[in-house]
Amino acid sequence: MSDAPMTEIRIDHKVIAELVELNSRVLDVGCGDGELLQLLATQKGADARGIEISQIGVNFCVARGLSVIQGDANEDLAAYPDGAFDYVVLSQTLQATWDPKEVMTRLLRIGEHVIVSIPNFGYWQNRLHLMFKGRMPVTDYLPHSWYNTPNIHFCTLRDFVDLTKEVGCTVDKAVVLNGIGQRIPIQAPWWLWNLFGEQAVFLLKE
Amino acid sequence: MTSHDGDDLTAAARLREADEPSSPVIRFGKDRPLRLDAGVDLAPWQIAYQTYGTLNADKSNAILVCHALTGDQHVASKNPLTGKSGWWSMMVGPGRPLDTDRFLVICANVLGGCMGTTGPASTNPETGKPYALDMPLVTIRDMVRSQAMLVDELDIDTLFAVVGGSMGGMQVLQWVASYPDRLFSTAVLCAGARHSSQNIAFHEVGRQAVMADPNWCNGKYLEFDVRPSKGLAVARMAAHVTYMSDESLHRKFGRSLQNRDHVTFGFDADFQIESYLRHQGMTFVDRFDANSYLYVTRAMDYFDLAAEYGGVLAHAFQGSKTRFCIASVNSDWLFPTSESRVVVHALNAAGANVSFVEIDSPRGHDAFLLNEPELFTMIRGFLTGAAGVRGILPPALADDWEAHV
Repeated sequence: MSDAPMTEIRIDHKVIAELVELNSRVLDVGCGDGELLQLLATQKGADARGIEISQIGVNFCVARGLSVIQGDANEDLAAYPDGAFDYVVLSQTLQATWDPKEVMTRLLRIGEHVIVSIPNFGYWQNRLHLMFKGRMPVTDYLPHSWYNTPNIHFCTLRDFVDLTKEVGCTVDKAVVLNGIGQRIPIQAPWWLWNLFGEQAVFLLKE
Repeated sequence: MTSHDGDDLTAAARLREADEPSSPVIRFGKDRPLRLDAGVDLAPWQIAYQTYGTLNADKSNAILVCHALTGDQHVASKNPLTGKSGWWSMMVGPGRPLDTDRFLVICANVLGGCMGTTGPASTNPETGKPYALDMPLVTIRDMVRSQAMLVDELDIDTLFAVVGGSMGGMQVLQWVASYPDRLFSTAVLCAGARHSSQNIAFHEVGRQAVMADPNWCNGKYLEFDVRPSKGLAVARMAAHVTYMSDESLHRKFGRSLQNRDHVTFGFDADFQIESYLRHQGMTFVDRFDANSYLYVTRAMDYFDLAAEYGGVLAHAFQGSKTRFCIASVNSDWLFPTSESRVVVHALNAAGANVSFVEIDSPRGHDAFLLNEPELFTMIRGFLTGAAGVRGILPPALADDWEAHV
């Protein structure tokens, strides 16, 4: 298991790995099969820990030698002391939590920095889908139908930035990726990001 | 041979194991007492153990296995009393997760036990008779202290891992608290940081069954050459129910009748489950000492790790550099997942390096002793990761038998 070949690394994971300083303490909330943890441990010398809700995911991670506990963002963050980690990562998960605002507050408590990657519901394909088909967007990137999607709290990038203000944190860095995984230049105006960004990675600080 | 002769032979063998075990044993003289939590020094005393595999040149590949309530040191070797293979042969052995081609695996009989480590069935050197209730009460911490003295004797400074389930898991947690610098990693299976009220209640039922047997003789049965076998068997029957789950009992026995087509309108073992429990009770008394049962159940009852640290469990793990692997079983109602989560959260609060998984199995508490491929995969993976950081050889890759069971 531990030496199983890795599939191509997810683009947002690559971006997150770039944002993390060497030899940091990192907690990945919703770490899945541990791809990001592995990347951070091997490339960044990170002390990388994870939380994952699915037993299969946890077993896979532990069998790879990663430190992962079975649990979720609602139940298992309270035990960690303030500032326990240099970075707390929530990749492609915030929109699937019951109370994104509360989760953000908890993440900011236990991490010096919080890294959030989210899909952008305001991406132009999604807008066209809704406008011309009159149906909730189903794309390669967001393949679920409305009735079985785990993503119960979708937002656009601008919506997310509003939330960061609401919970009182600052955006240290944002990397916005278009539909083919290219970075949209940092100088671009917000409306452009919000239209052409399919997903984004935010580095936040309280 | 009559069955009575057979009983005598078994009893004689069991008594022999208590003082002169067939396992290696280390004897500590009066100059090296074991300081007990009860406030007395036990001396002389002895500890019986088994080892499997070879210690490497750096002495960095030793794993200590802590056995559960009625287990013993024969983790992967034939039990001298029952003739059965070791109780964790699926976990410990060549190519197994605790790979004896790569690690030196040590397992010692617990203090208070009856397989060669000093316990109530051992001969009291002051009187020449078995200790019985003159043996001081022992705690989980005393057991761990005795194991640390054994590890010293084996000239091992730091253990690569300490592994145990149930009462063994309690010992593992106590190891972390008592000797934080002497263990690199730990695996705690189906255990908790304290014994719950419900668990104390079940133990009390068992102890009362033993003590209600007229053959118990206030603990002095060995002097009178009798055994409280019925009481001990009842204790085991009650305890055995707590090791399984409603679902596993239902699957295994349902309401099936034992070698009959109809109920007999009497108190014979009509149901298969009754017959099964009676069998469990009867075979248990052949291999276990009744007073030992009182002592080790009491040790579990007294265990409350947080209480030693001002009621804050995280303080027991503060600053720990040990890597933890915690596992529970979703059908275990003796040590439910919530007990493991308490430990996990305390470890998180202490900033410790911890992995935790809840194994999906209907088999209840005893699942950790059984063929649970997910558990094997997890332990193998955990030890592989830890061995990589420690710079020693990991367990071999999983056999086909394990992957496809």
